Amino acid sequence: MRDVAVVGVGITKFGELWKDSFRDIFVEASLKAIENSGVDHIDSMYIGTMSSGLFVGQEHVGAVMADYLGVAPIPATRVESACASGGAAFRSAFFEVASGHSDIVLAGGVEKMTDGADVTEALATAADQEYEVYHGITFPGLYAMIARSYMHDYKTTREQLAAVAVKNHKNGSMNPNAQFRSPITLEQVMKSTMVANPLRLLDCSPVSDGGAAVILASLDVAKKLKRPFIKIKASSQSSDTIALHSRESLTSLKCVSVAAEKVFKQAKLKPKDISFAEVHDCFTIAEVVVTEDLGFFEKGKGGEAAEKGMTAIDGKIPINTSGGLKSKGHPVGATGIAQIIECYEQLTGQSGERQVKKAKYGLAQNMGGSGASCIIHILEAV
Amino acid sequence: MISPRYHRDIPQRYRLEGGKCTKCSYIAFPPRLVCPKCKSKSFEPYHLSREGKILTFTIIKVGPDKFSKETPYVVAIIELNDGARLTTQVADCDVERVALGAKVKLVFRKIQDEGKSGLHCYGYKAILL
Ligand SMILES: [Zn+2]
Repeated sequence: MRDVAVVGVGITKFGELWKDSFRDIFVEASLKAIENSGVDHIDSMYIGTMSSGLFVGQEHVGAVMADYLGVAPIPATRVESACASGGAAFRSAFFEVASGHSDIVLAGGVEKMTDGADVTEALATAADQEYEVYHGITFPGLYAMIARSYMHDYKTTREQLAAVAVKNHKNGSMNPNAQFRSPITLEQVMKSTMVANPLRLLDCSPVSDGGAAVILASLDVAKKLKRPFIKIKASSQSSDTIALHSRESLTSLKCVSVAAEKVFKQAKLKPKDISFAEVHDCFTIAEVVVTEDLGFFEKGKGGEAAEKGMTAIDGKIPINTSGGLKSKGHPVGATGIAQIIECYEQLTGQSGERQVKKAKYGLAQNMGGSGASCIIHILEAV
Repeated sequence: MISPRYHRDIPQRYRLEGGKCTKCSYIAFPPRLVCPKCKSKSFEPYHLSREGKILTFTIIKVGPDKFSKETPYVVAIIELNDGARLTTQVADCDVERVALGAKVKLVFRKIQDEGKSGLHCYGYKAILL
């Protein structure tokens, strides 16, 4: 396996993009990434999208996007791993370049969620259709059940969960591509509409359209382009039971701790070496649990850490400097790629007022379902 | 949900039929071909216990279209007395009485309708004891 670099990135605005179609959004992000990298061609591409079939009635996404990006006849494959589809597309592209099979590969992600589909039902397909969804559970409901168990076991308060949303909106207010650029208060979170008790509307990531793309290349190619690039230090993936009720624990996500152990071992690094992390905060409780399972905080201390500002941009370990899924938006398939883009911008010093000082290693953690899949990458500044 | 799919799940939904690993006693619900604990492929038929307790729960206020007329409703993860776990609604309850550890039993109920002219779909729900 040879070293692989991320040599360029492109992202659309996240939000309700009524004027833009599924394919437009992907093509816009991809053209920006190609332009940003300076490459004159791509050898192949991978596209992460969770549920284009339910959201816009379109499958065979690889072919659609290669056609409309004007890159056919190159190989183009859609990759799906629920909310971790973007991370899975990135990992596929990484392997293709690392193996030496290709020199320049595009990894993108896209979701078009506002074209009229029943979003709650479409998202629920990431859970066990026969033994969870049949009984009326929703995604906020699954994470609400984790939250209730967790708050009971660790005496975490509602305010501590709300602190995650407040922090992520503050970060998102500084991100020009974020869906919500408005800071929110603790009180607003605590009084927002109940969605699935104990989780309220402002604990939940929004419904979003959006696309993101990055260009991966061999180190030789990266050096010749003479533009800012970062290195992919390590990549890991794990799976767990599809149904939440079958898990050993309802208060920690084994998929995260398993993938974390592998990725840190591969990178020969420890959690304390990481400068900042983008984590999968589909709900506030997810960020709390994930930051513990990644090893940044002791079990049960994640809520307190958020409340005390330890995860703020100037904190001990900045989490979701982009605004996270919560404020930046969560066009499901695009999310994993958008996390890589935040890492790229931070590690190349292009994050403006969100810039983390002396950023050396960034970690991106992308998760599928209620924690049945997890994909982690560690990226390194050069 | 198309009819063959619904029909196929009747033993689990109506009668709580699972499988028990003959090597390590793991209870599989629904039945599986491979034991996730010991990898054995040998199971004997097993009927789940009908009583248990609430491990965690939520009150759904915003549901999918299919369930939107029923909100708010309670969904819980139940641990049955034999150790098997499942996700189900807690029916006929005073929401205030639903609590972690509360004792429940599983009963036969209608779960959902398949559109306006499709099947009525049945299965288990929990009620508080
Ligand atoms: Zn077994």
